[in-house]
Amino acid sequence: MSEQKEDTPIQESTNGSPKPTSPNADLKLDFASFWEYSSAPESSDHVEISDRYGHFINGKFTPPVKGRYMKSINPATEEVLTEFAEGTSEDVDAAVKAARKAYDKTWSKLSARERGKYIFRLARMIQERSRELAITESLDGGKPIRESRDVDVPLSAAYFFYYAGWADKLDYAFPGRKANPVGVCGQIIPWNFPLLMLSWKIAPALAAGNTVVLKPAESTPVTALKFAEICRDAGLPDGVINIVTGAGLTGAEIVNHPDVDKIAFTGSTEVGKIIQKSVAGSDKKLTLELGGKGPNIVFEDAPLDQTVEGIINAIYFNQGHVCCAGSRLLVQEGIADRLITKLKDRMETLIVGDPLDKNTDIGAINSRSQYDRINQYLEIGVNEGATMYQSSCNIPEKGFYCRPTIFTDVSQSNRIVQEEIFGPVLTVQTFRTPDEAIEKANNTPYGLAGGVWTDKGSKIFNAGQKVRSGVIWSNTYNKFDPTSPFGGYKESGIGREGGLHGLYLYVTLS
Amino acid sequence: MTTLTLPDFSQTIPIDKIGVEERVSRLNKRSIKKEAKLKGLKLALSMIDHTTLEGKDSPGKVIQLCQKARQPYAPIPDLPTVAAVCVYPNMVSVAKKALRGTDIKVASVATAFPSGMATLQTKLDDTRFAVDEGADEIDMVITRGQFLKGNYSYVFDEISAIKEACGEAHLKVILETGELETLENVRKASDIAMYAGADFIKTSTGKISPAATQPVTLVMLEAIRDFYHETGQMVGMKPAGGIRKAKEALQYLVLVKETLGASWLSPEWFRFGASSLTNDLLMQIVKQQTGVYQSINYFSND
Repeated sequence: MSEQKEDTPIQESTNGSPKPTSPNADLKLDFASFWEYSSAPESSDHVEISDRYGHFINGKFTPPVKGRYMKSINPATEEVLTEFAEGTSEDVDAAVKAARKAYDKTWSKLSARERGKYIFRLARMIQERSRELAITESLDGGKPIRESRDVDVPLSAAYFFYYAGWADKLDYAFPGRKANPVGVCGQIIPWNFPLLMLSWKIAPALAAGNTVVLKPAESTPVTALKFAEICRDAGLPDGVINIVTGAGLTGAEIVNHPDVDKIAFTGSTEVGKIIQKSVAGSDKKLTLELGGKGPNIVFEDAPLDQTVEGIINAIYFNQGHVCCAGSRLLVQEGIADRLITKLKDRMETLIVGDPLDKNTDIGAINSRSQYDRINQYLEIGVNEGATMYQSSCNIPEKGFYCRPTIFTDVSQSNRIVQEEIFGPVLTVQTFRTPDEAIEKANNTPYGLAGGVWTDKGSKIFNAGQKVRSGVIWSNTYNKFDPTSPFGGYKESGIGREGGLHGLYLYVTLS
Repeated sequence: MTTLTLPDFSQTIPIDKIGVEERVSRLNKRSIKKEAKLKGLKLALSMIDHTTLEGKDSPGKVIQLCQKARQPYAPIPDLPTVAAVCVYPNMVSVAKKALRGTDIKVASVATAFPSGMATLQTKLDDTRFAVDEGADEIDMVITRGQFLKGNYSYVFDEISAIKEACGEAHLKVILETGELETLENVRKASDIAMYAGADFIKTSTGKISPAATQPVTLVMLEAIRDFYHETGQMVGMKPAGGIRKAKEALQYLVLVKETLGASWLSPEWFRFGASSLTNDLLMQIVKQQTGVYQSINYFSND
């Protein structure tokens, strides 16, 4: 080739060879000025949200016995979106009684095919009301409309469609065994994917012939109440689905109710442990889907530009309020500088703001308490000596917003590496060999999900086998499918949701 | 000529096709409305290399094309003109004359376009002829057979030689990505072209299907970004062929904006090689300004 190689002065060297850093790596690309996108808000005019919701018990919206209500805040504006009932033991008892009656009298008497038809109907009605549900989810929880529209709602419908198909095929689901329903299921779901987590829990429960008492999180109850309307409009027999709203105390009433046969909980590891203690000694079945601190491992032969995109999806999807988020980035030393430069460039193009704007990438933090918690962790990270980098984007004055953040110069011993932050905060560590990466990945009490990025298949299989996680994504992240089981090792949970594995936990075999 | 540390072109940079397609589909979800849309449409218009590359091209046809380039739509006189007119070498002098007094550049394809199946000497002569006729920009094709055979130094040296023959004229290097087939090849050919001195890298001749696609364009833009970080030099990008609709043009601009940033959002660094795109952009601009869709009959074909 015709050009001469320039004599590059030996810079700071490792093992005698020049450090592979691009000479112009500090050149900044300008993503901000010129050709700004105009605002493109999704209209919420046609979405009707009542001023006040009661519980949904025995097919009817019912005011709480004690008459107490709580408020749900729109985290993007800090304004009150609606009021909802605070469930007490009386409300929970009424809901469990209704569920028991429906189980004994109607739902278990119905033919499997009829049961399937109801579930298919629920799936279709979620699709029909998808726009309304997506907007409601964004108003109540702060997630960008792009995600509620393209992920939460279509996936919710997909889970109902998938499990509807199992309803009349239970005899073939577990060969040689007969699958019987468990009975009344108490289900408690989190605030990060309100409608989707409802679907993960209700769809398999109904398909197996159970009835349900479900409690949505206190910061995001509205889509569950909209789903109650769908159950009513679908003509689902009274009492098959009961929705009781409230906070932790209401959840405890469900967990401790003697006539509940199974508890399914998704939420923090802390609460999961309390629940496990509560049901100990009873014959309640239990599934837990808890926290995580997902390792995202990048080998030096990874397709870098696509990996950057995967890292962004892994940590900034849903403001990082994702139990399986790839919140620990592990990068092979040789490519760390280049990867971080690319990551910072990409972070600059993330749009933080109004959840209802179709161009928003990162919406509002779900609640004030979560917002405070994330900010505490940012402080902890800085105090631990880590280097914090945040994108320079503008954020609205009102509402709970957090800029996308990465921490470099962190160690395995730092709290920001060990503890689940549940926000748009990524820690970046480097490693030298595959074994070191796997050791770091496993050095955590969690084991929910992780990612591995490489051009080489054998590395994928090696990491997939050795990283103790329920899910390992290769060259992608945060992909979900109703047919695929999801769940954790270690303190990330007990049991699986999705697929046949998920169905298994809603039946008893004989 | 600046001296650069050349990468080892025998090494392949891994590209994940599914990842690239996902990125494109996410960028396509950007909602371009109101002022941003109007500004984007006008910007796209100003970036067009208005093109005619047919065996039946005549001076008459080229002159008409140049008239359209000077004044795309008479009812709105303050519209930007297109960036350049792109023709075969023997039409350069005609175009040059027809565009006299404007800032519109004349681009000429050269180097045995579109196949490139000729000797280096023929290609150099072809290039020098076009430059002598007054071409401001040369669109050359790479020798795909040599590239696919793994003879990367041949491709590199050929581009260097043509660059030298161009003199002051800007060199656009057509990779003909439809014949390279894999994204890894697109990336490698982009790197070779840039290190060999390309001012622009360009997807296609328009004679092979598929021509420009967004995944290919994204990979090329990312190559330009890496080259910029590596060398500090900006290189331009030109997707060509198959881009007919204003909506697609805006999607391409989003790709540029979010990969390379605002500095590349100008005709100096980004071009569309297209012939029918102009009218669709004009129709959308008129729609944005008047609120009413116009009949295609109100727009001159050339």
